[in-house]
Amino acid sequence: MNFTMPVFSVAIPDIFMLCMAAIALLVDVFLPKKKRIITFFIVQATLVITFILTVSQYIHYPSPIITFSGNYILDKLAIILKMFICVVSFFAFAYSREYVNERHIARGEYFILGLFAVLGMMVMASAYSFLSIYLGLELLSLSLYAMVALQKDSVDATEAAMKYFVMGALASGLLLYGISMVYGATGSIQMFEIGNLLVNSTPNQHMIVVLGLGFILAGLLFKFGAVPFHMWVPDVYAGAPTCMTLFIASAPKIAAFGITMRILVEAMPSVQVQWEHMLTVVAVLSMFFGNVLAIAQTNVKRMLAYSSIAHIGYMLLGIIAGPNSAEGYSAAMFYVSTYVIVAAGAFAIISILSKSGKEFEQLNDYRGLNSRNPWLAFMMLLLMFSMAGVPPTVGFFAKLGLLEALVEAHLVWLAALALLFAIIGAYYYLRMVMYMYFEEPLPGASSTPIKLAPDMMIAVSINGVAALLLGLFPSTFIDMCRISLV
Amino acid sequence: MLSLSDFLIVAAILFGIGMAGIIINRKNIITLLMSVELILLAVNTNFVAFSYYLHNIVGQVFVFFILTVAAAEAAIGLAIMVVLFRRRGTIEVQELDQLKG
Repeated sequence: MNFTMPVFSVAIPDIFMLCMAAIALLVDVFLPKKKRIITFFIVQATLVITFILTVSQYIHYPSPIITFSGNYILDKLAIILKMFICVVSFFAFAYSREYVNERHIARGEYFILGLFAVLGMMVMASAYSFLSIYLGLELLSLSLYAMVALQKDSVDATEAAMKYFVMGALASGLLLYGISMVYGATGSIQMFEIGNLLVNSTPNQHMIVVLGLGFILAGLLFKFGAVPFHMWVPDVYAGAPTCMTLFIASAPKIAAFGITMRILVEAMPSVQVQWEHMLTVVAVLSMFFGNVLAIAQTNVKRMLAYSSIAHIGYMLLGIIAGPNSAEGYSAAMFYVSTYVIVAAGAFAIISILSKSGKEFEQLNDYRGLNSRNPWLAFMMLLLMFSMAGVPPTVGFFAKLGLLEALVEAHLVWLAALALLFAIIGAYYYLRMVMYMYFEEPLPGASSTPIKLAPDMMIAVSINGVAALLLGLFPSTFIDMCRISLV
Repeated sequence: MLSLSDFLIVAAILFGIGMAGIIINRKNIITLLMSVELILLAVNTNFVAFSYYLHNIVGQVFVFFILTVAAAEAAIGLAIMVVLFRRRGTIEVQELDQLKG
């Protein structure tokens, strides 16, 4: 057995982020309480520099490189996912600063754990064996559990953390059990080798792999939060501090998309018929329950949680259409990355409107928002329109791409169902808009104009306008998603 | 001589007990944590058995990583439980009903 030195240079962004996370951890210990804000700046600077390093990799490595004994891959998909993850996390932390500060959540720890979570997502984006997928996923999940529980004086947050932890641990268990089956059938945990070995599999092998696939998909869908593995999503979204909800709802979805693509498309194309069937059931159920249950909610965070379940259902449609159409996978990637931007914006508006002691999370709180702060109401309108899929916002093009791919794959009935559920979904998004624009604030509720910190205002504006601009000029973004999946 | 399927059956039973412990249990959060550990141990048994019968070392290496992560996971779970107990004064699963709708 001879040992080949791994090519460290391909993993420079990840290594840099790991070093900076360790440095931030050390620096934070020695900072006096008043200067804890420095940790925040170190974390944000790390994200920016990692983003730049990743972009430079995009230019330097035109063809895929597999290294670290087959555990690590650097290809266009990995690079572009990492770029999205860095940008979205940067915004998520920027929104968190004020919120975390006001509620006396241990501030340094929050951002350092956040940086470790981002590192976990970077590893997931580049993972090419089940071992690295598992380690990346756990690094992400363990950080997230702790971050939800950081608001120690809130009963809701601790309960949400406990539920998240138990469900997440169960999901990891399911995933691992499936991985052990696949390992038993093939004797390998490396994506490429599994893909090759399964091409000529015996019926026995085939059966074990299908069983393993079921467990693996259950674990992945738990992490995504798709029906029937969705029970934790509303509780965690509603109970967690809003800035944390923002983080959970955004970047991890991109990373989860990455590992789903690696497992299903690169390792298991030979059992494609089976996973297409499983995903079809899950996608239809998610779209149905997500959209219908969201109508009944009076808490905006809960409503958006159910809407995220529905959106995951839509995203899965792209993966289902993928093998039989040219655009399926890139449509799914476009959908998930634009949804993440929009969801981050919506949760950001909730979090910056919340003052300590008074969360701005009931639907009634949004009555007459237009008269209290017209610009913020307009941003919320853009984001809601984008989630509902109203042109010219980006959500429209994301849904259009998916439907095109479905029709091309001869799944017209699925496209028709998706359209029907989208119309049901439009009801509760438009209800929110109606509350903001055509209702007066409730008697007794405050109706004074709302003032915001300028940096929050800028960040929210970028986010909301992005939903509009990406819709008006979607081609570059779509091309990016397309390149990554060739 | 034990065959591979014996090990797999034991692992499957352990996995089932762990699963049932999470789904059925209404009493105590500590039982939930124990069930999670049980599931991970079932997975470890699977990996080691496959690794031995396939003459392939990868499975045993994977087990080391799972053990390490399981330890970290238990630490975080217990920490969250302590915070929860301070807030609520109870660790009964049934009392975790503040969030619903």
